[in-house]
Amino acid sequence: MIPEPKVVNTIINGDSKQILVSERDSLLEALRDRIGMTGAKEGCNNGNCGACAVIMDGRLVNSCCVMAAEVEGAEIMTVEGLASRDELHPLQTEFLDNAALQCGICTPGFLMSSYALLQENPDPTEEEARFWLAGNLCRCTGYDKIIDSVLTVAKG
Amino acid sequence: MQAVNYARATDVDDAVRLLIEGGENARVLAGGTDLIVQARERKRNVDLLVDVKHVEEFMVLEFDTNTGLKVGAATPLYQVYGDNNVKINYPAIVDASTVIGGKAIQGRASLGGNLGNSSPAGDSLPAMIVLGGVATLAGPNGRREVPVGEFFTGPGRNILETGELIVYISFPPVGAGEGAAWERFIPRNEMDIAVASAGAWVKIEGGSVTDARIALGAVAATPLVANDAAEALIGRPLTDESISAAGDAASEIASPITDMRGSIKQRKHLAKVLTERTIRMAADRIR
Amino acid sequence: MVATEKPQYKIIGTRPRRPDGVDKVTGRAQYGADIKLEGLLYGAVLRSPHAHALIKSIDTSKAEALNGVHAVITNADLVGSGQTFQPTTAEAIESGTYWQALEPGKASPRWAAENILAGPKVLYHGHAVAAVAADDVHIAQDALELIDVEYEILPHVVDVQDAMVDGAPILHPQLRTGVRAAGVDTRSDIETNLASHMRLESGDIEKGFAAADLTIEREFTSSQFHQGYLEPQNATAFWSHDGRINIWTSTQGSFMARDATADVLGVPVASVKVTPMEIGGGFGGKIPIYLEPMAAVLSKKSSRPVKMWMDREAVFQATGPTASSYSKVKIGVTNDGKITAAECLFAMGAGGFPGSPVGAGVQCALAPYKIDNQVIDGLDVVLNTPKTAAYRAPGAPATEYAVESVMDEIAEQLDMDPIDLRLVNVAEEGVRNSSGTPWPKIGAKEVLEAMKSHPHYLSEIQGEDVGRGIAIGFWFNGGMESSSSARVNKDGSIALILGSVDIGGSRASISMQLAETLGVTYEQIAPQVTDTDSVGYTAVTGGSRTTFAGGWVAYELGQTIKAEMISRAAKIWDISGDEITYTDEGTVVGPDDAEGNKRVFSFNELAGKLQATGGLIAVSASSSHTTQGAAYGGHIVDLKVDRDTGKTEILRYTAVQDVGTAIHPDYVEGQIQGGIAQGVGMALNEEYYYDSDGHLMNGSFLDYRVPVANDLPMLDVEMVEVPNPGHPFGVRGVGEVPIVPPQPTIRNAVYDAIGVRFYHTPMSPRRVLDELL
Repeated sequence: MIPEPKVVNTIINGDSKQILVSERDSLLEALRDRIGMTGAKEGCNNGNCGACAVIMDGRLVNSCCVMAAEVEGAEIMTVEGLASRDELHPLQTEFLDNAALQCGICTPGFLMSSYALLQENPDPTEEEARFWLAGNLCRCTGYDKIIDSVLTVAKG
Repeated sequence: MQAVNYARATDVDDAVRLLIEGGENARVLAGGTDLIVQARERKRNVDLLVDVKHVEEFMVLEFDTNTGLKVGAATPLYQVYGDNNVKINYPAIVDASTVIGGKAIQGRASLGGNLGNSSPAGDSLPAMIVLGGVATLAGPNGRREVPVGEFFTGPGRNILETGELIVYISFPPVGAGEGAAWERFIPRNEMDIAVASAGAWVKIEGGSVTDARIALGAVAATPLVANDAAEALIGRPLTDESISAAGDAASEIASPITDMRGSIKQRKHLAKVLTERTIRMAADRIR
Repeated sequence: MVATEKPQYKIIGTRPRRPDGVDKVTGRAQYGADIKLEGLLYGAVLRSPHAHALIKSIDTSKAEALNGVHAVITNADLVGSGQTFQPTTAEAIESGTYWQALEPGKASPRWAAENILAGPKVLYHGHAVAAVAADDVHIAQDALELIDVEYEILPHVVDVQDAMVDGAPILHPQLRTGVRAAGVDTRSDIETNLASHMRLESGDIEKGFAAADLTIEREFTSSQFHQGYLEPQNATAFWSHDGRINIWTSTQGSFMARDATADVLGVPVASVKVTPMEIGGGFGGKIPIYLEPMAAVLSKKSSRPVKMWMDREAVFQATGPTASSYSKVKIGVTNDGKITAAECLFAMGAGGFPGSPVGAGVQCALAPYKIDNQVIDGLDVVLNTPKTAAYRAPGAPATEYAVESVMDEIAEQLDMDPIDLRLVNVAEEGVRNSSGTPWPKIGAKEVLEAMKSHPHYLSEIQGEDVGRGIAIGFWFNGGMESSSSARVNKDGSIALILGSVDIGGSRASISMQLAETLGVTYEQIAPQVTDTDSVGYTAVTGGSRTTFAGGWVAYELGQTIKAEMISRAAKIWDISGDEITYTDEGTVVGPDDAEGNKRVFSFNELAGKLQATGGLIAVSASSSHTTQGAAYGGHIVDLKVDRDTGKTEILRYTAVQDVGTAIHPDYVEGQIQGGIAQGVGMALNEEYYYDSDGHLMNGSFLDYRVPVANDLPMLDVEMVEVPNPGHPFGVRGVGEVPIVPPQPTIRNAVYDAIGVRFYHTPMSPRRVLDELL
């Protein structure tokens, strides 16, 4: 039995979107496979790596653990919405200048997670930053330069 | 993902109705951090997801010094541990809910979801048990209340009947001389399922333990209420000896398995270590 | 940073932004699974629920009939599966270099095909059996449930020692190599799991041990580890009606992927074009192909493009982790610490098909030391686990862990400082390595000296159950073939086309070397990685070869461009090119003209005159240099063990490494930090966990425990620069070495902390408790 396609109305990075989804789609699948927004990445598809992290109604979530149908009426922010029209977000700039990415596949998730951290706690200690970002896996960097970047942005 | 339909409940009765109509494979969708993954990996049969997050009663977070704390079954963890009243009065809930998954999980996951998923390793479960948590359930025959410690019947199994769901969990007010704590052991510092966990609640009056509750996670087919461990504390001052006796009792009742997360020997040992640690933490927290 | 005789560079040693950076921080970068094509179908793979079984029958008819399903395939659809069996002989392995471990495409096409889709047997839990293409991923997965496979379950073996004993379950009845656990047997007609044996031998081992005052022999084992790259394997293919096959994939080697796919599909190489997408980590694991031929054949059957990617469990079950290992190491020393002899045996589990990295491990084992009398044996063992692939310094972490652990015990018994013991024996230029080749200039001694004077090593450690350990590590680094082309534009900007996939910053590091060669700015070079039709053959990005070999090619391109610029200036000035110099500043200077005016062009100025003097410059270069510089690293750790829980906490970590020349110091540091993190994972928590039926039980990031952000402190890196004389800029390669020392470093520190010697990694809390309780 294949469920009928369903229309989901949502706001993504400030733009109203109508997405035609399968009722079986996760938010991650809706973003990537239905509307081609591939900034959020699939690393594990079960909530253990953070590569798909987005902000939903102001909260950090793993988009693989949200059903597309659930975002009806919700506001989503993805990595594609982090930079303004004119300039990169300071986290993006610092990640670039501090070599906080190697392969870069975890970077969108780390940026969203770091963004959420700084919204909640604008001046985290190293320990707080590491604890907050523990839900995001990076296999290339050993986390050093990522943590350093987040703390640098926090210090302004 | 297996073929599922999604429905948004408009109130508690509507949720019950949807669950009954959906039959045995209808599931309540709270944070979805376990359920969506299980359905995707086809480890649990699900054909209807009943989303309860748009119903206020499932999303409450209320505290009253006289009546205690009421947490909606779908209230996300970040709200629970971010609440000042919870921080001050129920730090054992904070102990557990801040380490369930990562921050992105805590944006969605809930105490009710942890309860409904009924994993023996569910982090918040021993904490809820020792705090005297009581789940209020709604079903086709109305509402009933069940202590968290009596909720589980096996790994992933519980006393919920068809069409029945958790509405909220209540915790009694915190009295003088009471303190509670929860701790788990994991090989990493985050993002693991507990190898073993323990919750402890003690009440000390006049230099003597007058009441205590101990609960263990991940050392049996369900979270365990460790009455023998509590008995070892009650009626005497809290001493290294009584704490050690409680730890031994906890280790004794633990009946763990060996799997990829831990061995029988390790888990029985950790039951003692964690019981002793949480008793000390609980006592330290008495105000 | 410690540097010796390093020239003054303008670009090299600076830290510019990476050219692909903005796309990666804005979510625009296109990784393998990000590709979108009109009419795209989605693939899914049915995998074996058994560790070892005969496939009696496969019935795909119900799956094919499902609405939304467009194609179903099995091994019978891979032409390569019909090719004749080519046994890998001991001689073949012995004569091969360690690159065999990195180039599994060179294995028998039949084996390659049977790893991609199981032939008559499934050889490990998760082995692919059939694949489906459907309208979406959900329907494809529904279809998998409709495929009926009848298995006859066979006894299995997942442990390397168990697989070597007589009577062990046999994976490949055809495999009759004559190799036995005790050595080579003349009876080569006996079934075995020992696919090959190799031996390195020099001096007189008996005489050596006779001269020793102290001899220590120990046995070690290590679990299987996975690279744990965050991006799952993926491939998208379109097989056109004209026979052209386009493949988009995340691979460490687009040419390797092309050639291996052509082999398995039985089509001409020229009919396959591989476009490498951005790659989300590999560490060796994305050298073999898995999904590429499946997607191609599904595309052929459906006449539609097909995209596939693995779920995380499949990545753990069915890609190439590293080998589990058994090691026996015996080292004899005199009372003043001089090693008189070493005898080692290393057996590594190759997985379902031959080809573990034991050959490389054998060559690395004793590489840090001068040992006149030595024998090293290596055994390649098949067993019912996924076919191993390369993983960062393939083979070296296991063998060097065993040697460095024995060295620590020797230092203790001789009451010597462990760094001093190593300095007494350290390999230097001219000393013969285990293969008998004299070392060129190497930096092992410089590393040890820098460790000894490092503030970390000089600091006091305090506290209960706190300990410190050290160890050193070695990796060859790689050479092999690389190709690039470059075009000088009219404004002096340069398009640089690279054959090397960029996995961690090579677009930047190669551009920097071209800019340095030409004396132009880094910013005026626009590098891009291209497909297999658009640049010359380039070997894999792996083995820490890319910045070395890519830099060589950039240097050669630069020389050609310089010569062409000179000839253009000669034309303009109407003088001989011999009279013209190309300066380090990137200017072209001739002798003053008759009127005494200076003849000089800036690079950009002359670029503007190219079109009028014969056209813009377009050059290409391919080269294969074997002058790669070996690298050594030494690590120091302070840690604390919780005796109640068995858990080890890393308190302070320092890595000292000879990096040759640090082209982009941030990226060098990043490589070393990343290697440390992976090595810490191996030492403490990562491992494959099989149940008694040979099922992999922890195929997820939840239960395969790679370090998370709060498992680690900041990781200090001390770069020692001993330039490689075999490279124009002294590049050695840095990425592999740092994964080698962590296991013995941490093991030695755990002993210092709690007085227990471990002989297995990981030293998980459970194993530590087992020793303490």
